[in-house]
Amino acid sequence: MILALDTSSEACSAAVWTPNGCFSRFELTPKAHTQLILPMIEQVLLEANVTLQQIEAIAFGCGPGAFTGVRIATGVAQGLALAADKRLIPVSTLAAMAQQAYQTQQAEQVLVALDARMGEVYWGSYGLIDGRMQPLMAECVIAPNDAPLPPAVASSWVGVGNGWRQYEALLMPRFVNYLTDIQTDCLPNATYVAQLAVYAYQQGELIDPALVEPVYLRNKVALTTLERTALKP
Amino acid sequence: MITLGIETSCDESGVAVYSTKQGLLSHQLFSQIKLHAEYGGVVPELASRDHIRRVLPLIKQTLKEADLTLADIDGIAYTAGPGLIGALMTGASIARSLAWGLNIPAVGVHHMEGHLLAPLLEPNPPQFPFVALLVSGGHTMLVDVPRLGEYHLLGESVDDAAGEAFDKTAKLLGLDYPGGPLLAKLALQGRSGLYRFPRPMTDRPGCDFSFSGLKTSTLTAWQNSTQTEQDKADIARAFEEAVVDTLTIKCRRAIEQTGRKQLVVAGGVGANQRLRAQLATLPAQVFFPRLEFCTDNGAMIALAGALRLAAGAMEPPIIQVRPRWPLMELSAA
Repeated sequence: MILALDTSSEACSAAVWTPNGCFSRFELTPKAHTQLILPMIEQVLLEANVTLQQIEAIAFGCGPGAFTGVRIATGVAQGLALAADKRLIPVSTLAAMAQQAYQTQQAEQVLVALDARMGEVYWGSYGLIDGRMQPLMAECVIAPNDAPLPPAVASSWVGVGNGWRQYEALLMPRFVNYLTDIQTDCLPNATYVAQLAVYAYQQGELIDPALVEPVYLRNKVALTTLERTALKP
Repeated sequence: MITLGIETSCDESGVAVYSTKQGLLSHQLFSQIKLHAEYGGVVPELASRDHIRRVLPLIKQTLKEADLTLADIDGIAYTAGPGLIGALMTGASIARSLAWGLNIPAVGVHHMEGHLLAPLLEPNPPQFPFVALLVSGGHTMLVDVPRLGEYHLLGESVDDAAGEAFDKTAKLLGLDYPGGPLLAKLALQGRSGLYRFPRPMTDRPGCDFSFSGLKTSTLTAWQNSTQTEQDKADIARAFEEAVVDTLTIKCRRAIEQTGRKQLVVAGGVGANQRLRAQLATLPAQVFFPRLEFCTDNGAMIALAGALRLAAGAMEPPIIQVRPRWPLMELSAA
């Protein structure tokens, strides 16, 4: 049994995966994640009739996404894991979106583009391998014009994520021939974080809560004094 | 009651365990000063990124040092504000979820209340009521404290905080980051009486402060000097004397105005040796936290949280921080 949570976008979600089914909550709650996440976890545990102690591992959307959001998910997961002596399964938010496209639309090749602001997208390509969506390249933060094209022309890909809407004019001319569909409304969802975590759990991919870190991808967030000085004319 | 305290409001991650019976049991601190040094100031996003790395290992070390496990903890206190929102949020997310998972109460602590109560961690603590001088990089205020949780503002800085004035002046004199403590160190080599700067607002009644003009006076003096290392030290000395004199004059007024017999000094500038020596001459018993508890730390949060939890503080399982949170809005415990 896996508890999963995600607060990486304007949505907030929690899910409990059990052999009897997945119990979940998903709400669009910009800026209210911190109010909702613990009560939401409480609700899904109650619905699944499972206690935190009975959970085998805690999964969380570790990013990329809003920096504060992925840190809230990481912090909540760390706090719960420390309290209940559990280990953690960090799950990529982009992978969870690809998994959602697979489970809801049978998409087997997915290009995820999540708006990263500052003229960039969080980018990842995923394919169906061993029954689940797995990365075909390292996730990155990149300008839409530099997003790498899939290997083969006229292959059928599904574009997922709000980056396809935000940067439509830049992305579509290059990608239109590869795509069969675009889902711009998809946001990371704990249900699919949980689905991927089940596989990770079976592979033994569990991490000590003190050692997990959010995945930001954008790692240059400020200029040093020297860099600022160099910029001055 | 045994309380685990977690502080992440700015650039230090602090964790401590405080027992209402036995006092402080253990505390750990990780300072991010080196991380921010090359940026010339605290970068909020980097501070948050570091807190999430540090807090869990610090909790483990703190418990180990006190020879306790989480099962021994009765409540969790965390800094809920004021401070950097992302940094506060990191500590609050971990602390609130940990308390929820352990099914024990949690309380969001006001960072400045923590500072103000820090002298209670010492062997001979002050008794309520007292007057408190909160003096740090973010605040300069005089507060009357009739009892726990009741704070009446007597005066505060109308512009820069005293610590901020130290840091900014240090920068103008070309000292490294964080400049305040370096400026105080340099002042030790300075000669008294060669420069004299104003004692701002001491010619007016009341307990308000203004420190922003002092850095201009300092810069002008530096530009008009021969700019030797000795000049720099002499100017640093004069600057420090001006700040310390001003704080002392206002503290004397606050004591006279309230009739309190005890003065509590808290916050990072409270570590300044000249300030400590001069305040000790006031007609009141003066209490300082030990030097390591003048700056941000988990011990003061564990203590303040323990007192509030012991008084019955309760909060729902929501994670809430208040980056801006006037001390006077607190209610008595």
